[in-house]
Amino acid sequence: MENQIFELQYAIDTFYFLVCGALVMWMAAGFSLLESGLVRSKNTVEILTKNISLYAVACIMYMATGYALMYDGGFFLQGIEAFDLNSVLADSAENGFDGGSVYSPASDFFFQVVFVATAMSIVSGAVAERMRLWAFLVFAMVLTGFIYPMEGSWTWGGKEVFGMFNLGDLGFSDFAGSGIVHLAGASAALAGVLLLGARKGKYGKDGSTIAIPGANLPLATLGTFILWMGWFGFNGGSVLKLADAANAHSVAMVFLNTNAAAAAGLVGALLTARALFGKADLTMALNGALAGLVAITAEPSTPTALQASLFGLIAGVIVVFSIIGLDRLKIDDPVGAISVHGVIGLFGLLLVPVTNAGSSFSGQLIGAATIFGWVFLTSLVVWSVLKMTMGIRVSEEEEYEGLDIGECGMEAYPEFTSST
Amino acid sequence: MQLVTAIIKPFKLDDVRDALAEVGVNGITVTEVKGYGRQKGHTELYRGAEYIVDFLPKIKVETAVSDDLVERVVEAVVQSAQTGKIGDGKVFVHKLEEVVRIRTGETGVEAI
Repeated sequence: MENQIFELQYAIDTFYFLVCGALVMWMAAGFSLLESGLVRSKNTVEILTKNISLYAVACIMYMATGYALMYDGGFFLQGIEAFDLNSVLADSAENGFDGGSVYSPASDFFFQVVFVATAMSIVSGAVAERMRLWAFLVFAMVLTGFIYPMEGSWTWGGKEVFGMFNLGDLGFSDFAGSGIVHLAGASAALAGVLLLGARKGKYGKDGSTIAIPGANLPLATLGTFILWMGWFGFNGGSVLKLADAANAHSVAMVFLNTNAAAAAGLVGALLTARALFGKADLTMALNGALAGLVAITAEPSTPTALQASLFGLIAGVIVVFSIIGLDRLKIDDPVGAISVHGVIGLFGLLLVPVTNAGSSFSGQLIGAATIFGWVFLTSLVVWSVLKMTMGIRVSEEEEYEGLDIGECGMEAYPEFTSST
Repeated sequence: MQLVTAIIKPFKLDDVRDALAEVGVNGITVTEVKGYGRQKGHTELYRGAEYIVDFLPKIKVETAVSDDLVERVVEAVVQSAQTGKIGDGKVFVHKLEEVVRIRTGETGVEAI
């Protein structure tokens, strides 16, 4: 009887992991829609190609090398297919109702790989409308196969940073990846944007910001809804265990807090935009919801519902000022990814010690600096090498004509076509 | 025969259509157009940055009418499209050399 309960627990926890992973996978769709909505229609095909290709590249690279670097497995997931019921039952007897989760290692890989894809998705929005497709995909290989797994190994992997110090011992805690996923993605994006430069026509000679309105706000809104939904898997799955009463309650709290933070983030950004610009700016509201989500991701299980809402609200306010501030610095980020994932990712990390006594501000700062330093510098090197070899920016003419024709040879909405 | 071309505010299209039908106009052609006149463009806002929309959306209504109907048609358009505010549009009247109904080959006033 006990063994049957353990088997059932194993099945439930594995199933929970897989469903949450599928939800996170769906975030790739959210990013695709959000980004294609916020660029001009002449760059639609290219941004969609980048998004779905980067997802595929991330899956392949993380399977080939990433997972092994991060968690000490074999390359190409060697041995993951093995199943031994006796060791499952033994692990369950030890941990089942009082300790860590016991689940299929294959479900763990599936849950981890979609996080890598999320980190890479952040980059595509920031460099949109001017970066070469193939340079971007080469970078995606390096980030998902090496850069991200390395910092992942120092955090969730529990390893020492080049044998110098251990972030966990210093009081660093990042529940679902405000820093490990979001700040990391934004750091890579920032390095790319700095080397890439702004879109032509984004900033006036007098330093003013010139609006380049997105082509399709229904898509951007749908994309945000999808991200919001996928985030329940992102944070909810990061409890890592469902099948006992305490953990089931924790998962429920994470869902609740994740939703509350997103809602408050949207309201915070909407009100801030109304106060600053006199109008309800939808794109800022969308960024606000995402800011709330990123902020709560570092610790969605310990805050109360009120705390989660306040965290989200503040994140929604900050993100608007961050987006305006980056424009002042002429850092052109068409979708606001660096603000949403970088600035708010850092903010989320710093919120953890407020509700989680197991972490410390110093640990969070050192962790954030480690993640940013590593990802930003290695990305800068990779982008630089790409810039010197294959080039990372399309020609001025191609930028004007649109990357759809230049990179993909097709348009999103072709008209007056004929087959002859 | 005359060709009457009216540039009007988009929301006035239904009123203009009804007024033209009332004076006996048999058919009109409607096009969505953009342009500027005294009203110029207007500014919009995106992520905190203002941008200028140089051309405003308008509706172009075209109808071919016989000479005896022209005055009433122009009057009908002006009365139905008028709001009194800037941007109401204009009416142009041009001489029309020939009209052909493609289905039957009729020409002139018969074809209108």
